[in-house]
Amino acid sequence: MAELELRGISKSFRDQAVLRDISLQVPDGSFTILLGPSGCGKSTLLRIIAGLDNQTSGQVCIDGTAVDHLPPAERDIAMVFQQYALYPHLSVRENLAFALTIRRTPRRVIDERIAEAAQLLDIQPLLDRKPKDLSGGQRQRVAMGRAIVRKPKLFLFDEPLSNLDAQLRTSMRIELKKLQQRLQATMIYVTHDQVEAMTLGDRIVVIEGGRIRQMDAPHRTYAAPADPFVASFIGTPPMNLWEGVLTTRDDKTVFRSNGLTVPLPARLTPPQARQESAATIGIRPEDIALRETPAAVQVDGLLELAEDLGADLLLHCRVGDLRLVVRAARRHDTVPDQTVRLFFPVDKLHLFIDNRRVDPSPTTPT
Amino acid sequence: MTRRVLLALSILATVGLSLLPFLWFVLTSFKSQGEIEAAPPGWWPSGSLEFYRAALFDHHLFDYVLNSVVVAGSTTLLALLFAIPAAYALARLTIPGKQSILAVLLCVSMFPQMAIAGPVWRLLDSLGGLNQRWGVVLPYVALTLPLAIWILASFFKELPPELEDAARVDGCGPWATLFRITLPLATPGIFTAAILILIYAWNEFFFALLILTQPEQQTLPVGIALFQGEFTMPWGELAAASVVATLPLIVVVLLCQRWIVSGLSAGAVKG
Repeated sequence: MAELELRGISKSFRDQAVLRDISLQVPDGSFTILLGPSGCGKSTLLRIIAGLDNQTSGQVCIDGTAVDHLPPAERDIAMVFQQYALYPHLSVRENLAFALTIRRTPRRVIDERIAEAAQLLDIQPLLDRKPKDLSGGQRQRVAMGRAIVRKPKLFLFDEPLSNLDAQLRTSMRIELKKLQQRLQATMIYVTHDQVEAMTLGDRIVVIEGGRIRQMDAPHRTYAAPADPFVASFIGTPPMNLWEGVLTTRDDKTVFRSNGLTVPLPARLTPPQARQESAATIGIRPEDIALRETPAAVQVDGLLELAEDLGADLLLHCRVGDLRLVVRAARRHDTVPDQTVRLFFPVDKLHLFIDNRRVDPSPTTPT
Repeated sequence: MTRRVLLALSILATVGLSLLPFLWFVLTSFKSQGEIEAAPPGWWPSGSLEFYRAALFDHHLFDYVLNSVVVAGSTTLLALLFAIPAAYALARLTIPGKQSILAVLLCVSMFPQMAIAGPVWRLLDSLGGLNQRWGVVLPYVALTLPLAIWILASFFKELPPELEDAARVDGCGPWATLFRITLPLATPGIFTAAILILIYAWNEFFFALLILTQPEQQTLPVGIALFQGEFTMPWGELAAASVVATLPLIVVVLLCQRWIVSGLSAGAVKG
């Protein structure tokens, strides 16, 4: 168990910058998620931590010591790969024992560790099989077992659940969370799946375009996204976002976009507000109300389509030229091409100026 | 239905066409001199072993077999020794001009042997390799390397690179990764390459005839070809010797066949 620190990691392939100045601390025993769309550089970052790739600049420190000059073998890190990467010519038992055998661990210790991990992952009956005789979920367990037996300083996971079907993925996700709680190990987990990120992590690092967009507790990335990208990436369906102009006159701030006018409360007004500035405003589909709500902006929309998700409805509406999605209770009547009255509670609005979140100031009265 | 019958018939015809001459030789080798000279010739031999005795003891066939084993065996081992690291590097490392290297290799293997016979002879003459078994091994290795590298490189490329990453994280250095993970998984490719090299070196005639002029060093193809005297054509001995020369190759190929199991890496990764 250990803590990890990244100091200004950058990586370029030829002239293409993949990672730009990534600095980040992973405390001992934490479960940190690197979340981002495919191609954002998150897997490259994981490979740099493991030592499989070299960074162009910056430092990787484990327990305060720089490990940049060390090959993967000497970093005491275990990695679980997206494609499992089990050694096909070895049995499950040999797969689990492999890293320990290389390190000349005594036979007795190896047997103990394998028994322990096999019990933890419930794979005792599979020990003498070859990887090709296992199902996807079983291979995934063996891949995790191979990491667990080593008792490494750091566990790295590269989208380990993305090849499993939806049902198995959910159950493995829960098991993984339990496992982390039991092992109290430091884990870094790469995924593009925001549900995995929200449920598994103590902390989410959202990466896009090779940069850290936000580093926060999972709930904070949902409740207070740092920029429009995070706002649109976290949450299903994504937050409704509109670009427009913010006008301040006589202490009153109004946001205008095509066909939408939203008066903003004083506490959302940016302190350095200019007369007019470009801004993005957002509201989550689940925060839009269909009944009169106190302190809410009222907007009339045209219902274009209603999607029945079982538990609730997604109403796709149009306001002027803008489109928005509302998550509504199932009992709501839906008739297409009908006008619906929408209420945006002002305290649920998110405001972004220059691609940065403007946090409401708690001191200013509404 | 008619298509299947036609297909079966054409397969039979093709197989028969390739095997018939060989079958005729096998049958001839068990005949007696009288049966060979009979007109019209009969199909079934009397089962005489006279030609085998003559080939083995009068023509020193055992010496030729031994020479061929040494030459073909060392060619195979040496070619693999060079081809494996070369193919691995070409498959895995970022080397500038990698595709050109592979293309040039392919060109080398297409070079007509006749065109390089003179230079090779001169080279071996100055190296003292004429009439030495290693004198043929050298050009054999050079000529089989391109094919071996191509076969092995394509095998290495098909191995999931994640396996090697996993091995590195698990604590393997480059050599341990090669010997514990990559080579065991590339076994089918290695055996395929080995068999092709072996067959080439076992059958090669032109360089062997050029370089090995003393009977003590000659390999089977040359030795058998020289059975023929100025005025005699010992068909029976030739047939027996050909059978003896072919058998080891067939045995080796059949033995190795079980190692050439494709899909050995199944289960390593998804799908």
